[in-house]
Order: sequence, then C-alpha cells, then structure tokens
Amino acid sequence: MNKSFGKIRKDPRLLITASIITLLLILFILYPLYSAFKMSITGDGGISFSVYREVFTQKQNIRAISNSLVLATLTATFSTFIGFTFAYSIHRAIIPGQKYFRAMAILPLISPPFMFALSHILLFGRNGLITARLLGIDSLGIYGLNGLVVVQTMGMFPLSYLILSGIVRAVDPDLELSAMNLGARRLRVFRTITLPLTLPGLLASWLMVFMGSLTDFGNPIIIGGDFNVLSVQAYLEFTGMGNLPRGTALAILLLLPTLFIFTLQKQILKRRSYVSASGKSVRNSRGLGTPGISRALFIFCLMITVFILLIYITIIAGSFITLWGEDWSFTLKHLSYSYDVGFKTLINTLLLALISTPITAAMGILIAFLATNKDLPGRKILEFLSLLSYAIPGTVVGIGYVLAFNRSPFKLSGTAFILIAVYVFRNLPITVEGGIAALSQVSGEIEESAANLGGNSAYILRRVTLPMIRPAFFAGATYAFIRSMTAISAIIFLISARWNHMSVLILAQTEIMRLGVASVMSFVLIILISIIIFLGSQMTKLKGTGLPASLKQLKAY
Amino acid sequence: MMNYMTLANLTKKYSRGKGDEIHALDSFNLTVKKGEFVTILGPSGCGKTTALRIIAGFEEQTEGDVFLKGENINHVAPYKRFMPMVFQSYALFPHMNVYENIAYGLRALKKSRDIIRNDVAMACQVVNLVGLEKCYPGELSGGQQQRVALARTLVLKPEMILFDEPLSNLDVKLRIQTRTEIKRVHRMLGITVLYVTHDQSEALSMSDRIVIMNHGRTVQEGTPEEIYNNPINSFVADFIGNANFISAEVEEIEGKRVTIRLQNRIIVVKQENPELSFSEGEEVYLAIKPEATGISSDKADFTGIVDTRSFQGSHTEYKIEFEGSFINIHQSNMGKEIQTYQAGDIINLKFDKDLFHLYKK
Ligand SMILES: Nc1ncnc2c1ncn2[C@@H]1O[C@H](COP(=O)(O)OP(=O)(O)OP(=O)(O)O)[C@@H](O)[C@H]1O
Ligand SMILES: [Mg+2]
Repeated sequence: MNKSFGKIRKDPRLLITASIITLLLILFILYPLYSAFKMSITGDGGISFSVYREVFTQKQNIRAISNSLVLATLTATFSTFIGFTFAYSIHRAIIPGQKYFRAMAILPLISPPFMFALSHILLFGRNGLITARLLGIDSLGIYGLNGLVVVQTMGMFPLSYLILSGIVRAVDPDLELSAMNLGARRLRVFRTITLPLTLPGLLASWLMVFMGSLTDFGNPIIIGGDFNVLSVQAYLEFTGMGNLPRGTALAILLLLPTLFIFTLQKQILKRRSYVSASGKSVRNSRGLGTPGISRALFIFCLMITVFILLIYITIIAGSFITLWGEDWSFTLKHLSYSYDVGFKTLINTLLLALISTPITAAMGILIAFLATNKDLPGRKILEFLSLLSYAIPGTVVGIGYVLAFNRSPFKLSGTAFILIAVYVFRNLPITVEGGIAALSQVSGEIEESAANLGGNSAYILRRVTLPMIRPAFFAGATYAFIRSMTAISAIIFLISARWNHMSVLILAQTEIMRLGVASVMSFVLIILISIIIFLGSQMTKLKGTGLPASLKQLKAY
Repeated sequence: MMNYMTLANLTKKYSRGKGDEIHALDSFNLTVKKGEFVTILGPSGCGKTTALRIIAGFEEQTEGDVFLKGENINHVAPYKRFMPMVFQSYALFPHMNVYENIAYGLRALKKSRDIIRNDVAMACQVVNLVGLEKCYPGELSGGQQQRVALARTLVLKPEMILFDEPLSNLDVKLRIQTRTEIKRVHRMLGITVLYVTHDQSEALSMSDRIVIMNHGRTVQEGTPEEIYNNPINSFVADFIGNANFISAEVEEIEGKRVTIRLQNRIIVVKQENPELSFSEGEEVYLAIKPEATGISSDKADFTGIVDTRSFQGSHTEYKIEFEGSFINIHQSNMGKEIQTYQAGDIINLKFDKDLFHLYKK
C-alpha cells in the first residue's frame, strides 16, 4: 500500500474518534445491559440466581414464557407465509395491481406499533363493527392468542415481504422453467427448486419475525387479555409491582433467544442465495403460474390488502365517530380532546425524533466509515457493538436504562437526553449496516487516489466519501425517524411527565377504552410521519432516498 | 420424412404498457423434419427465443398452432412435452451438483435408482463430464456448465432438443469446439434439433437447414449453401455474407441481364433471383461479397482507393472507396510475395461477377 496513504489512515484523529465512539457504545449499550444483568442476579444482595429459580417455579411466569414462544412461532410462520406469497406474486407471477400490492405490503411499517390492535378492537371487539353490528355476536375472542397472532402478523408480514422479495427476485425464473421443461410437474418444481433456493430467505424471515413477535410489547398489552407474554409480564413486575429483580430477570429471558437468533440470522444470510453461475434471464415470466394459480395469488393478495385498508379506514373512521358501537354520529370532539391532552406530547415526540434522527444517521455513517477502515485496530469490535443493540429487546433496553441512569454519575432519568440516547443507540444498527454496504461499494481506489492527491482523512471523508454515501445517510435517517416516532417497548420505562411520547399516550387512551381519541392520535401520527418523510425527501432532492430506499436497507436484517 | 414439428401462423404480441404492442412473432411458420438439424438465425430481438419458449410451452402464443407429430399441442403442459431445452444461461440448478442436475429429469419421471445411475453415467460419458459429477455448477467453467446443460437433456433420450444460443457465453475457441461436439451428438443419436442463434458461422456450419428470421417473420429458408449463395434480399445478404452494398441505378433490363450504372461506370449483372423484379431507372443495391473481390496487380477494369488497412493474421482486411461507397475486401496472406497497400493507394480490383447480386433499395 502506498506509504503516505497508510499514514493518513492512521491519522490520530481517527483513533480518537473511534475511541470516543467505542466509549459511547459501551456506556449506552453494554453498561445498561450489565446493569440489568446485575440487578437480576444481585436482587437480594450477594450474587445468586435465586430470582431465576423463582421465575421458573412460578406458574404464571412459565406460562408467560410458553405463551411468548407459541405466539412468536405462530406469528413467524404466518408472516413468512404471507410475505412469501406476496413476494412471489409481486415479483414472479404476472397478476394485475402488483404496484399497489407492493405499496400495501409496506404501509404497515410506518404505523404505530399497536395500531393494528386498536383497529382490531374497533372491528372485532365487544362493540366491534363486524362482531357486534354485522354478526351480532359478543366478540370473536380477539383478546388473547388468536387476536394477537392476527394483529402481529398484519404488522410484521411486511418485514417478511422485504426480506423475501430480494431473495425471490434473485432466483432465476429460467430455473423453474427449466425444471418443468425436464418433465417435473409444478408441485415438484416448487419443492425441488423454488423452496430450496428461497430457503435462506424463509429462515431469515421466520427468525426475524419470531424475534419481533417475542419482543413486541404494544400489541400484547392491548389485546393480550389473560394471555400473558414475557415482555408484558416483565413490564408489570418491574413497573406495576416494583419487583425490580424479577422484572429484570424476565426481560433477560427475552434477551437469550434474541441474541441467539441474531447470530444465527447473520450466519444464514451470509450464505444467502446461490448466485447463478452465469447470466440470469431478465425476461419476466409467469414462472410456475397457470392462469388458475395466478388468479388464486391475486385473490390472496387482494384479501390481505383489503384487510389492511380496512384497518386504516377503521382508524380514520374511529377518529370521527362519537362513540364506537353505540353512537355512530360524526364528531370532532376526539380531535379537540386529543389536541388538549396530546398536543404538547406530539410536539415533544416530534422534537426528540427530529433531534435524534440526524445524530443517529451521522453516527451510523461515522461508525461505518471507521468499521471499514482496514487500518483501524478493533474495528470489528466497534461494528459488533453498534449492531448488537438490534438483538436487545426494547424491554431490556428500557429496564437497563432505568437501572443504569438513575443515579450519579449518570443521572439521566426523566430527561429528554435519555430518550434521545435510546433512539440513537437503538436505531444505530440499520444506519451502520447501510453505511457499510454503501462504503464497500465506494471502491477503495477512489479514496486512495484522493489520498495520493494529498488530502487528509477528514478531507477525503468530506469531499469523496460522504457525497457517495449520502443516499445511505438519508435512508438511515428516514428509518431512524420512523422508529423514533413509533417507539414503545423501551421508552415506556423512560418517559416522564415532562417528556412523554405519543405511543405511550395512545396506549393509555386505548387501555381506558377512549378508542376515538386513540384513533385520532394514531391517525395524526401516521399523517405526520408521512408528511415529514415526504418533506425530507423533497428537501434533499435525492433519488433513492426516502422510504423505499430506507426499507431496502431494512432488508439487510 | 415426415414433419416432426410444425409451427403454423404463430403470432405472439407483447403489450408494452399504454396500449403499445410489439409483435415478437408475426405469423411465423416453420417445419422441422425428423432427425433434421434446423437453425433459426436472426438478429437480436427478432423473436427467436419467443418461438422456442412457445414450443417448450413456457409461454402461450397469441395466435397460431404448434403441432408435434401431427398433433396440436397448444394446451399441453410444458412438463408433458418432452422437448428438453438448453438455455442461453444454461439454467443449471445451483443447489444441485452435476449428478443431481443431470438426474433431475429422470427423477421427475420416477425412474428407478439403478436406471438413473446408469443413464447419468452414460450421459456424462457422451459429453465428457466423467469425474465432475460431484461438482456444483458454480465450480465449473463455462464450457463444462454448457456440457452439463446438454447432458441434462440428452439423458432423457428425447426425440427433439431445443437450443437457445447455447454457445453465446463461451469464448471463441470453445465455441467452435462445442459446435463440433453438438453436431457429433446430433449425428450419433439421430436427435431432431431446433437450434437458435444469431451467429451466422454457427448456423452455416451446423445446420441441415437455416431459417432466417427478422421482425418475427421468416425471411428466407434453405440449406446453408442456398442461403449463402443466393440471399433473397439485402437483409440476408448483409446478415449472412457480410456483403458490401453499392448504390446503383438500373439502366436497362434484358431478360436476366440487368445493366446498372454505378457512379462512374456501367456494368451488367445476371439477375437470377425469381423473387425480385426491377424496372428501368430504379435505385438498387449492388451486393458484393468480400471474397468475390480480389486485389489485382495486373491492370483491371476497376480501381479503388485504400481507406484503411487492418492485418488479421491469415488475411488482411482493406476498406476501399469504390464508386462512391466503401467496400471491405479480404486479401489472403498465404504465399510469399504479398504486396501490401497503404491508405491513399490506388489499387486494381478484380471481381467475380457471378457473385454479384442486385437488391431493392
Ligand atoms: N415479456 C416480454 N414483454 C414484452 N416484450 C417482450 C417480452 N419478451 C420479449 N419481448 C420482446 O419481444 C421481442 C423478441 O424477443 P426475443 O427474446 O424472442 O428475441 P431474440 O430473437 O431471442 O433475441 P436475442 O438474440 O437477443 O436473444 C423483443 O423485441 C423483446 O423486447
Ligand atoms: Mg434470445
């Protein structure tokens, strides 16, 4: 390697920056984790695992564990199935309306986490539109496992779709045709060609949704009913009963599977798909589809789409109906009430999201830059630390932050800062990954030649590298923004009267069955998110940013 | 010999959004006799692949029929047609090794284990793949992949194989070698072959019959010799012979003898193409094949000015300004005293006038 270049790479400023960032990651990711772990084993003084023993002997906790696993298994299976069907229909089959199906498959990603649960109550609850009005029955038993599976699946199949759409598209359609051409019937082709080639994606999708469902807090707390799951149980123990050790131990139990899945998932995606050895056919073909199969796929996608639309329409309608199920007249009172109780929170939510978004994106790109700098010692550790927080359930993060930052020297609880820190460090992984992906495309040669022309590393970063990773930056920012606006599981432990969050407020309104108000707030939140994303992409005037690009990055997970 | 396969008025329209339509096939007709090696030759985008995919049953034609042994197979599922195809991209199954790739069709037919092992071994022998059975496609060279694709079809002992530009991903040397290989297999097994390519030398060297195709239609059909010696129009002459075209005007017609005026001179051409008739005063093209022209050291009727010269090893290519147009001439480099010419030199040209053709402009 060029001598002067090597020197620049070892620019002391790089080392200093790297050290500072590492310290920050340790402080805001590892330290809370450590605090939580310590609490769970030193609850009653001295080191012991008695809390865990307790947890595993109490019926309700065992029940919560098995409930969580059952729920996650079902949701992961259904989500993957729907996501795969969508991906296949949109990218392989030839059916009308593919563009719209794609849009619908992505829409749920910008919604508050438990909006589906809310609209589910409106549709199928005791006073639900479909249950009480149309069918005249009490309820469809939506509280509990069934409702949760439906609601989570609707919210999470988009993730499956995103993971699988890339993989389905990567499979050369000629392979299926060729198999059929050699005499294999459709079912056999599907079993021997399509499935094996998409298996890594199916597994990845299943694991990701499993993890998402396991750590979900918003939906179970609203429509879980008697069906206790770990995240809710941990929250109730920790906040409700004030049993910190036990609450923490329950949360830690969530951490084990997610950590395991996190590593497994990386392994699977690494060996991702078989790159076809030679050129790939660009011809679009209807693949295995007969007209009959295409029709079936179309109807399936249409049904899911209609269901999603119904959910959104319900939320909008719920916003303007006096008393759902009793008095169907039009009203603006939810709106004015929401304004009274929620406006300040809305502004604060937005403010904190807007503050943390650029920080997240900038820090993510910076870490990506450091992590791809081959001369930097310990760059792998840096990368690992920054990606780790993806594997930590929100509940654990929330509890960890409470425990770590409630006394000096890090007394942060109740401040806006602690929320910003949660946003930044929880949303960091996606930005880092996006940045690394973008940077590895920026060929090292460009940087080297810039270095040969005599720029120092700060100059190279500003003039050469940054412009080329701008899209990754804005995509990461978009994603971080959405996540901050729709956060719940971690921040529910950290909000204060001064710094509340819309999600928590909506949750509270839902719990006391002020569904109209909850609807208004959800609706406004979605609108606000959409407007900001739109304005952002207009302002940056960059192609390939905004939601679609940010979702593309999400696929990496 | 009976017609093994017939395409009758095959038409395929693709819509390109907003009501825009493209005719990938436009009343395309074709017959293939049993045991014949037929090549469809045409430029990129003329509909060759479309035709093959309809024959294989991957796509449905907009109009027209496909007959196999006299039976209409329009609605027969692709997996029942037993016309294995070698894809341009090979379409090898990346998650299966060579053995499994070749055995795929036999397994689909639920053959017994022993038969499969036996047949796969035979197929490997035929195409020289012995020893590579355990390799995955990603570990094979382009030529080896190509042979797996071929073996995968041969193992089914089909009556007919479809080839879609099977050699286009190979380098020149391998391409010529594989050409002979395919031809050998064709002769050895007596399989009927429908072969698609846009490479004229491939078509000329392998086929019993060539079908020249353009814009989804047949332009000319015949043996390689017929087509090469008597291209029916300027498209074929250009496509298959790399002919030089010189603008001319018809002066006089006497039966088969057509007198034409070039820029500065008048020549007489024998016009034997029954499909064409000219009228006096018509603007036409005079087509001259590169090999119909020579550079003469003696005094000759024609002269031209050397524009550029490029050495090609066995021959030298000259671009020569002749009667207001440019023509390409090949001069063999065999022999000892070959004179070379430089740009600007005026040289004497010798034509084999029997190889002149006239075409409509
Ligand atoms: N699915 C499709 N939708 C729209 N147009 C198509 C589709 N498939 C093919 N075409 C068009 O039909 C025409 C014929 O395509 P085809 O693939 O048969 O050409 P080809 O002769 O095989 O060309 P090449 O030598 O490049 O392989 C082309 O103009 C192509 O753009
Ligand atoms: Mg083609």
